[in-house]
Amino acid sequence: MNRSPAARRLPMTVLGVLFLTVMIFPVYWMVNSSLQADSGAAATAFFPVHPTLDGYATAIADQGRNFLTSLTIALGTVALTLVLATPAAYGLARFRTRGGTAFLLALLVAQMIPAMVIANALYPMFNSLFLINNVFGLILANTAMGIPFAVLLIRAFMGAIPRALVEAALVDGAGHLRAFVSIVVPISRNALVTAALFTFLSAWSDFLFALTLTSTPEVKPITLGIYDYISANTQDWAAVMATAVLASVPAGLLLVLAQRYIAAGAVNGAVK
Amino acid sequence: MTSAGIRLTSARNPRDGAAPLRARLVRRGTPWLFTLPAIVFVAVFFGYPVVQNIVMSFQEYTTSTFYSGHAPWVGLANYAATVSSTMFTTTMVNTALFTIGSISFQFAIGLALALFFRRNFPLSGFLRSLLLLPWLLPLIASSAVWKWLLDQESGALNEFLGLFGVDPVPWLVDPTLALAGVIGVNIWLGIPFNVAILYSGLQGVPKELYEAGSLDGAVGWKAFRHITWPSIRSVVSVVLVLGVVYTLKVVDIILGLTGGGPANSTQTLATNAYNKSFVEFDFGEGAAISNILIVVSLVFAMVYLSISRREPAA
Repeated sequence: MNRSPAARRLPMTVLGVLFLTVMIFPVYWMVNSSLQADSGAAATAFFPVHPTLDGYATAIADQGRNFLTSLTIALGTVALTLVLATPAAYGLARFRTRGGTAFLLALLVAQMIPAMVIANALYPMFNSLFLINNVFGLILANTAMGIPFAVLLIRAFMGAIPRALVEAALVDGAGHLRAFVSIVVPISRNALVTAALFTFLSAWSDFLFALTLTSTPEVKPITLGIYDYISANTQDWAAVMATAVLASVPAGLLLVLAQRYIAAGAVNGAVK
Repeated sequence: MTSAGIRLTSARNPRDGAAPLRARLVRRGTPWLFTLPAIVFVAVFFGYPVVQNIVMSFQEYTTSTFYSGHAPWVGLANYAATVSSTMFTTTMVNTALFTIGSISFQFAIGLALALFFRRNFPLSGFLRSLLLLPWLLPLIASSAVWKWLLDQESGALNEFLGLFGVDPVPWLVDPTLALAGVIGVNIWLGIPFNVAILYSGLQGVPKELYEAGSLDGAVGWKAFRHITWPSIRSVVSVVLVLGVVYTLKVVDIILGLTGGGPANSTQTLATNAYNKSFVEFDFGEGAAISNILIVVSLVFAMVYLSISRREPAA
């Protein structure tokens, strides 16, 4: 099978393109109708023959501020998650303690707990801490959901760093923290980037915490902005689709720029 | 927090000439200096809510609790009210249909595509990576797109079916169809994940097995049954269990597409928990429902843990 010439495998490519077309069609339709002014009126053309950016103008006018809110939350979540998860991952990978094993098990179980449960109890808690309708509150909630995955991913990588490397630094008189900062962190760059990308994407896509922990127009992540559109039964689909396209930009960039990281992250995160 | 941590360790570094006893304490303490911040954070913002949720489920916890601070203890009343309501039967049935329907199709299609893409052909890698795109989009963005595609009057699906003379189908508006519509969208969302994990599982099957098998006449379906399937069985269990756990907690798609309606026909345990707490402001009953959801999820989580424990030996 593997030795057959490329030409004989061409029908496979055709079939592959066909499968992909079906799977990707909704994404195409999103972009397509975001560029047509009368989307939602009569029939939407299969191709934007007369493309217009009106939908995007409406989207940015309506939702520009919400994009900034989401960006702030996602970046804040990435920063806080990495600051907490990276040393924890190292501590768990390098020093095997009974408490550490218990914590790891807790993180594994935590990944299974629905965010709904957390939101239900965070609401009263945040209410008394004045963290409702608060960007920092959403950063805290998203970090709580992000840490388990980040720790498990980074730890899996750090476990593979040769002990001798760190011990050499310790012999040279560096403290544990020096060794961590100047040796372990630079070596683990790939794992850190992967964890950062996934954390960003999940905080950017967060809907449940946005829905439950905010209620004002001042603090409204973009996911909630989209929800407002669709639950109001809008007929201006061009603006909705334009917002959806803009909200999907990080995902698209990630796919193009970080293909390798995603595959590795998906496998590590899910299987290990 | 970190800068304080830096100063702490360097000051206590045994090589700075500290007493041996202190050195020993430091050595004992070092692992915790790295791990403690994360442990404290997870305990406060993850552990505490889980525990608090259990407490709340035994209380009458409503909007007035926020003003008065009073949450009377009601024992099992919230659970009793939940289980005895007709809504509970509806949501359990919907949750089961939603989960089983989603998982079986996601998995079957995902496995078929993974097997297909394993045969190297021109552009196979490129096409496979594009296939991941639906997985990475924010769920609520996908919901918006699908709500538009499935729109009764001018949605693309009905327009397409119209070419064959089919009357417009009320996909998300008809109580008998809405659940099927929502399941269909969730299948689409889950396929990329299934392909990605199953494909990586297939990569791990040694080529020699197939060569040896073909000598014994194991090709095609026989090769799949006797070589491929046994080799990827543990990956399959992981995909299925994770799929179930993820599907049980889906809220974004259902709220985005139908809001649980029409006539509660797409209401699941997860969306119902949301409704009780954040629409009806009955946090006690909401907590009870989400605890039932946890128990169901944890049963599957246990299965997952026991599988991933066995993994290295397999």
